Amino acid sequence: MANTLKTLAMLVGAAAIGVAPLALADDGPTAQMLAENCNGCHGTDGASAGPASPSIGGSNSEYFVETMKGYKEGKVPSTIMGRIAKGYSDAEIEKMAGFFNGKKFVPAKQKFDQQLAKKGEKLHDKYCEKCHEDGGKIPGGGKKKGEKSGDKDKDEESSDEYQLLAGQWTPYLKWQMADFVAGSREMPKKMKQKVEQLREKDGDANLEAVLNFYASQQ
Amino acid sequence: MKINRRDFVKAAGTVTAVGMMGFPYIALGAGKKVVVVGGGTAGATAAKYVRRLDSSVEVTLIEANPDYYTCYLSNEVLAGDRTLDSLKFGYDGLKKHGINVVIDSVTGIDPAKKEVKTKGGKTFAYDRCIVSPGISFKYDKVKGYSAEVAEKMPHAWKAGPQTKILHDQLVAMPDGGTVVICAPPAPFRCPPGPYERASLIAHYLQKNKPKSKVVILDHSSKFSKQGLFIQGWKALYGYETDKALIEWKPGPDNGVVEVKPAENAVVTSFGDEIKGAVVNVIPPQQAGEIAVQTGLTDEKGWCPVDGKSFESTLHKGIHVIGDACIAGEMPKSAYAANSQAKVCAAAVVAMLADKAPGVPSYINTCYSILGTDYAISVAGVYKLGEDGKIVAVKDSGGVSPTDASAETRKREVQYAYSWYNNITKDIFM
Repeated sequence: MANTLKTLAMLVGAAAIGVAPLALADDGPTAQMLAENCNGCHGTDGASAGPASPSIGGSNSEYFVETMKGYKEGKVPSTIMGRIAKGYSDAEIEKMAGFFNGKKFVPAKQKFDQQLAKKGEKLHDKYCEKCHEDGGKIPGGGKKKGEKSGDKDKDEESSDEYQLLAGQWTPYLKWQMADFVAGSREMPKKMKQKVEQLREKDGDANLEAVLNFYASQQ
Repeated sequence: MKINRRDFVKAAGTVTAVGMMGFPYIALGAGKKVVVVGGGTAGATAAKYVRRLDSSVEVTLIEANPDYYTCYLSNEVLAGDRTLDSLKFGYDGLKKHGINVVIDSVTGIDPAKKEVKTKGGKTFAYDRCIVSPGISFKYDKVKGYSAEVAEKMPHAWKAGPQTKILHDQLVAMPDGGTVVICAPPAPFRCPPGPYERASLIAHYLQKNKPKSKVVILDHSSKFSKQGLFIQGWKALYGYETDKALIEWKPGPDNGVVEVKPAENAVVTSFGDEIKGAVVNVIPPQQAGEIAVQTGLTDEKGWCPVDGKSFESTLHKGIHVIGDACIAGEMPKSAYAANSQAKVCAAAVVAMLADKAPGVPSYINTCYSILGTDYAISVAGVYKLGEDGKIVAVKDSGGVSPTDASAETRKREVQYAYSWYNNITKDIFM
């Protein structure tokens, strides 16, 4: 198993290297040129100093690309990102995704409520852990595009990829969830079901607890 | 070796990173010298990013002041919502990147000898020089105005002691007084700045001196984010009602051409004399003195550059970035300066290794805070146009929507603070 994964890892890496000469040969800006321009809002190497702009260093590439395309097409609501994403071609977005994927995710140093975090951990395990594995720490949901997890629920999802939740800035996560709940941002079917179940009893109080759990992972 | 799924992600990511970044620039510019003149937003960023791209380049940053106060968010200091100290940045962070930081004033740049001389009597040789002089004031365009008069009628358009003077005057002002803001003719540093300033002073007056008001005497008849500002002023400050905390008097008739310090009054181009309890005179601007003195400026006082590298079109080997340069469609903003510095740094590193600069990409994001939980933004993504000028990418960028919800305006305040925290770290740390 370990060897298979290791080989696969090298293959994925090699695939990316395979892309790189093409990226260098094209007449567009380099990944670094494009990506370093994001630092002013998202932090150098995508490690945001907060209080709200999300860290994008260590982002799952698929998630990054999907989200940027969502901004571009207006499917993912935003304050400013829709206007910015429209300035980049799909190829440029993919370059940026590769750059930030190669950076380290730095968990946010932020306040949280210890008791709520404890409660949130239990709720997370019950409702979210299945897809947002390892307490929400794994940015790709633990699998690569096309890979089947063997779990019916997960494999049913239209998207394979997930946002990194553990250590992300709370205001950002809170607003994303508010948009999901309000319906201005579409939730995958399974997530919608789980969020509804999570909110059923105490509504936003449970969400608050889960957010505190993510904030507690520093 | 046991490898779990997370290690897999990490391993794949690492290889990907090397692949995507291409070959490092290591040693291509070995022993080459870059001198950066001016440690503001653009200069400090450029110094850091040259080293980030090629640590074999010797970078010297020469700056007159040991600390830098950002102009951005200084309007919150005027309103009493933020301390002046929170805008202060030193240069220890840059030293950690191996940059030789010299606190001294540059007295001359010799493009032929490729040398920079300082007041302290030092001479620095360079292979490439990056000049980031910011702005200087055309005091002579406002009769009676000078650096000395600015102690009484502050411009507060370079942050620091000037910010404190204006804030203290607002605090000392009796309720019922008028705050006059004289907005300069374009182009000037921070196009939405005078209007954000009017907003945040109104925000202060509303809480502390509700019988007072702000009057903007403007050289221009339109301004940056105008529709959004006016919408915000109506929502927050009774704009265009008899209780309005802000009054905007558009140009050209209302442009201020003379000051009378003894009466704390200003005279407009139409000839009206207007007295204020507090008078903020933002004078017409041009590139910083050293750029003018070195012959890097055109007849209007700004520095023409090649958009691909920011190399001066007037003196080879010298690059000009930030507010001082003519950057096509990019505004004179902090984010634009930070972005230009990165394009310039990459070009300088390439040129030191006898390579052509790569394809640039530029961006601007700029937030204006109008009051409690109320901010607006403008964004732009730029590229090098066919004719070598910097142009906005078609159908991208623009300002916040006018029909945005209160929630969106509130979120933009928090994103504005995030912008500040991240950009200042990106520049100085």
